[in-house]
Amino acid sequence: MSNADDSNIPEPDEELDAEPESRDSPTEEAAKTTPKSLPLRVNNLRKEFGGITAVDGATFAVEERSLTGLIGPNGAGKSTTFNCITGVHEPTSGTVHFRDEEITGESPHKIAQRGLVRTFQLARELEEMTVLENMMLAPGGQSGESATRSVLPGLRSTVVEEEEAVRERAWETLEFFEIDHLAQELAGNLSGGQRKLLELARALMTDPDVMLLDEPFAGVNPTLEEKLLDRIHELRETEGLTFLLVEHDMDLIMENCEHVIVMHQGRVLDEGPPEQITENEEVIEAYLGGTV
Amino acid sequence: MSDDPVQTNDEPSLFTQVVRNDAFKVAVLLAGIWLLFYALSAFLEYPTYGVVATIRRVTFLSAVYAIAVLALNIQWGYTGLFNIGVAGFMAVGAYTTVILSADPGGVPPGFGLPLPIGVLGGILAAVVIGLVAALPALRLDADYLAIVTVAFSEIIRLTLNSPVLIDITGGASGFDNLPTSPVQSILLTDPGSIISEPTALGSFVFGLGEPLDLTRIVMINIVYTLGVLVVLLLVYLVLERAGKSPFGRVLKAIREDEVAAQSLGKNTQSFKVRAFALGCGLMGLAGILWYAMGPRASVVPANFRPELTFYIFIALILGGAGSNTGSIIGGAVFASLLYEAPPLLSDVAVKLLADYNVALPSAPDNVVVTLSTGDPLAVVAFLLANIDTLRFMFMGALLVLLVQYKPDGILGDRTETAAAVPLSDDSRPTNANAGGETDE
Repeated sequence: MSNADDSNIPEPDEELDAEPESRDSPTEEAAKTTPKSLPLRVNNLRKEFGGITAVDGATFAVEERSLTGLIGPNGAGKSTTFNCITGVHEPTSGTVHFRDEEITGESPHKIAQRGLVRTFQLARELEEMTVLENMMLAPGGQSGESATRSVLPGLRSTVVEEEEAVRERAWETLEFFEIDHLAQELAGNLSGGQRKLLELARALMTDPDVMLLDEPFAGVNPTLEEKLLDRIHELRETEGLTFLLVEHDMDLIMENCEHVIVMHQGRVLDEGPPEQITENEEVIEAYLGGTV
Repeated sequence: MSDDPVQTNDEPSLFTQVVRNDAFKVAVLLAGIWLLFYALSAFLEYPTYGVVATIRRVTFLSAVYAIAVLALNIQWGYTGLFNIGVAGFMAVGAYTTVILSADPGGVPPGFGLPLPIGVLGGILAAVVIGLVAALPALRLDADYLAIVTVAFSEIIRLTLNSPVLIDITGGASGFDNLPTSPVQSILLTDPGSIISEPTALGSFVFGLGEPLDLTRIVMINIVYTLGVLVVLLLVYLVLERAGKSPFGRVLKAIREDEVAAQSLGKNTQSFKVRAFALGCGLMGLAGILWYAMGPRASVVPANFRPELTFYIFIALILGGAGSNTGSIIGGAVFASLLYEAPPLLSDVAVKLLADYNVALPSAPDNVVVTLSTGDPLAVVAFLLANIDTLRFMFMGALLVLLVQYKPDGILGDRTETAAAVPLSDDSRPTNANAGGETDE
């Protein structure tokens, strides 16, 4: 959370590397330095499961404070890419850089501690814990995570003070997502949409820098989806967060993302602003089915 | 929108608050157990010291079970670590303590270290052995940990049992050279001799027993049992604090979904190791208090058979995995009602039948003979004579029923808050009544 606050609302100025012919050489494109900083860079990422190549040399980068969409047909390797970036899978080859440090193959918790936090396609809420407990779990660096500090009489008072602060933030974040009325509910009792909200809210409690959202709107009703998008845009503006999201709803992507990455058969087929993507014949064939 | 759309939180009455209080629940349970065993032993016309000793024995067993169950609860109930080698870690604790603190001149020889050092060493040894067993397995799935722990516990028992180590462990007949009871060291001028001059405290304590004609041994055992209760309280407080904290929260999260915990930046491996070590240390402590000293002191490999582990699991499931108070209740209910009560009840039944002039035939040798007699009284006699075995069948049946109908245990359906501060709706910061409305 240490990025400059001077660059205000992102403008659609990323066309500088979005000429139509650039799609054939995404590698060089990501490697070349651009005026905007790129907190997340993925270079030639490959992941094989036995004989199947799920990700086959994907290369892309995500710009600071952007809302970047990652689209592609089912089986294109989007979720596997997410898993490789966040350490759930170790990539077969290729590199992942976060804030100019290589994080390839690091364990998931270390990557999350760096500020690169993800949500899951199927919300992974902790069912037997209340919504508030779910929220309070997330913040990093809680001194009470040491058993000795939590148990010993002299040290516990500090833990209690921290807990009060964490609890307050948890309430505020729940209010921000308008699920504060569910605070006492067990997370397992929430509806699908509420789980998505909780997962996003909980990820936010870790104080992330870049968030990877895997289909955050799947199973979410349109009203709620609108709210969630408002929140995401608000977080970009006020907190300077960067978002990379996997999504299937093309209208949503076109309206909200200033940059879109299209994956197909484990490769990056094209990337660029939405208008450019919709004009790409290959993309239309592979994904849009010629409708747009 | 509106501030308070749904619930109106009534303040629970003082009575409900007291009844919901955990200390109250445990106290009522303990009182109930005492009353039951008083009634049973009084009905059987035990002499006063027999009544007292029965109640004392049940209390002691409840307390040591509770400590072991609490230790398992932090591993399995909180973190979801399936350790089925509890007996092995208890054995490590008990054996290490006696070997460290036994008289060097005895057979088998000990190191003659002071008992507190022996106890500490026993706990540490259980932790170390626990880590050796768990470190490779904790990286893998839960099933592997279960296999490794149960194998380890058997390896430990068979090693202790082995004639090769007879000079160190005493082999199958056990470690006979037990250190002096700590209570005797406090109450007697010569701890080795029960008839020696009591210390000032000793004459006071023994004096308390005189009106009821309680012998010194009974009094010593009572003092020891009280000591175990104090340790139980301490263990409970430590685990309550550990559970109601960010530490406990991460443990619960690991139990629920380890990948989710990792994706939130939690080093789950480290938490699992710490929770496992804590549990193993406490299992060591339970083994020490139970078998290395006190009224049941006997350090024999046969004490640490796998069924001990299963008893502790039954007790935990009975009380409600995940709840510390439930662990104590489960331990006490198991030790008293399931383990100690059936033989007494059998005696009561025999006496009742005798009182009504029903003469029971002598129990037949086996089921076939019993049934072939066609005599209902023979069946009764057979059942009563085999009550020790029957209670295991009963435990098995109970376990099946519990898992089927009450998988959360006696206290399991309530949620233990995993935070160092209250999380009720009152904990909401006061300035914020803003967003009330939502989706459904």
